[in-house]
Amino acid sequence: MNIIETEGLTKKFNGFTAVDGLNLTVKEGELFGLLGPNGAGKSTTMYMLTTLLKPTSGSAKVNGFDIKTQAHQVRTSIGVVFQDHTLDDRLSAFDNLDIHGRLYGIPGGERQKRIKAVLELVDLPEWADKQVRVFSGGMKRRLEIARGLLQTPKLLFLDEPTLGLDPQTRRHIWEYIEKLRREGVSIILSTHYLEEADYLCDRVAIIDHGKIVALDTPAALKNIVQGSSIQIDCSDPQKLLAELGKSKSVKHTNAKIAGQVLTFGTPEPGRAIPLVMKLAEKAKIAVNSIETHKPSLEDVFIHYTGRSIREEKGSGVDEMRRRMFRGH
Amino acid sequence: MKCGGVCSVAIELDKIYAVWLREFKRFTNSKGRMVGSLGMPLLFMFALGSGIGSLMPGLNYNLFIVPGIVGMTLLFNSMFSGVSIIWDREFGFLKEMLVAPTDRLNIVLGRILGGATTSVLQGLIILLLGTFMGMSLPAAPQFLLTVLVMALIAASFVAVGIAFASVIREVETFQLVMNFVIMPLFFLSNALFPLDKMPDWLRVIASLNPLSYGIDAMRDLLLNAGAYPLMLDLSVLFAFFAVVTVIASYLFGKTSI
Repeated sequence: MNIIETEGLTKKFNGFTAVDGLNLTVKEGELFGLLGPNGAGKSTTMYMLTTLLKPTSGSAKVNGFDIKTQAHQVRTSIGVVFQDHTLDDRLSAFDNLDIHGRLYGIPGGERQKRIKAVLELVDLPEWADKQVRVFSGGMKRRLEIARGLLQTPKLLFLDEPTLGLDPQTRRHIWEYIEKLRREGVSIILSTHYLEEADYLCDRVAIIDHGKIVALDTPAALKNIVQGSSIQIDCSDPQKLLAELGKSKSVKHTNAKIAGQVLTFGTPEPGRAIPLVMKLAEKAKIAVNSIETHKPSLEDVFIHYTGRSIREEKGSGVDEMRRRMFRGH
Repeated sequence: MKCGGVCSVAIELDKIYAVWLREFKRFTNSKGRMVGSLGMPLLFMFALGSGIGSLMPGLNYNLFIVPGIVGMTLLFNSMFSGVSIIWDREFGFLKEMLVAPTDRLNIVLGRILGGATTSVLQGLIILLLGTFMGMSLPAAPQFLLTVLVMALIAASFVAVGIAFASVIREVETFQLVMNFVIMPLFFLSNALFPLDKMPDWLRVIASLNPLSYGIDAMRDLLLNAGAYPLMLDLSVLFAFFAVVTVIASYLFGKTSI
């Protein structure tokens, strides 16, 4: 069964197209990633799928419910962790969860049980009665994830769940997300961190300017771009290349020489290193250093959009976001 | 959750209660804010009451001003409470409420009840401190009716605040509401001056201000010194409450994140 189906989902803000004809299918139990730079339309997509924004055109079904005509059913069946913090920091963790549970119509006894369970899931039970304003960024995130799970949703939306967190805390959040996946919760995760999408997601849609430019498993996406390569800094790169050609023990493609550095593509760079060393030693070529490069989602992103995901940062994009959310 | 109509009504009421609970907990969790918001009314009541009182022979201004300052406390706190939806939008909590399977109407009702509860509590504190100005508290029926009047004033202005917050998007605009709505409502009313001593132009404006009727009702009940019949005061208050609640529900229903 498909947990999300969209058809030509589009959102325009004052003539600016934030999401442009999105066609997307997510299967039940999947951890599905939306990867793209800031301003690519990830959050706008999330807002439409969670019924907070009405699409300009197109349609979508979430858990089999239409986001336009069955908004109430959609809301009952999902959990959402927004990009920006949405806790009331003047209330305790328990009160945040308790009020959330009431808003979702969870009856008293069950609510208490669920609050206890989700607090344990994110390792915060001893913080239940503390006001949220004393929490660290990572703890707030964990509490928000706990809150999103309180109503036992079939589908959890995580919009940039590790934005602004330090690497160690990010790892922790990833562990919780993996735990959820093992419990069978379907998850839609948006991120502009490539390694996050790569590490967590079953399938990834790369979004740029409101459109999906590529969609597949992280491994398949990486296979599309040129494979692994190896860089050797040595005393005589021409001679080394000639030796490689003679020996045939190391597969190599697209060999290039720039100064003292020989670069070529090879499927398993790790295995190539000792073979290259042996050849170099025999031919009396001094090797200064060897570097290997495996393709990342960054390469995939560059392949499809012609630029790095990290380039689109800063005030220009922020300004656009502001325009999007203030101007309607 | 397999249960019938009674049960689903209980769940809906629980959702209103959740919004009320949040307002109330925020209030009890920040006692500093509560004490702070009592400062100005107390200053008005004691300093202005004693100062201007000495200039007004023939009128017991010390007593006259108490219901006016109670009205002021209700007006300010209720408007702040309603308008605080702007902050919820800015700091994210609005999304948490809007994405929940809870009708917008229930959110509005919960906020009106929550804001009214905390405002009335502060109004009661001012009223009790007013006894230091020499005011004596009325018998139970009048007192309960006074609390009802206070609740109507408070609930109405929370709704007015919600209506403004639903159409205002920037926190900065709040200052505008403060200067062009709250302050005029206060000064262009009978809170500080008796209606019959006002110049005509001011009396006309004050008589169009719903706050005047709330304060007049309290003067009637507490001091037996109302300018209008009590029934007129109560009718105006109920009508105002109904109209602004409908407007607030409508505008909040259309608001987005």
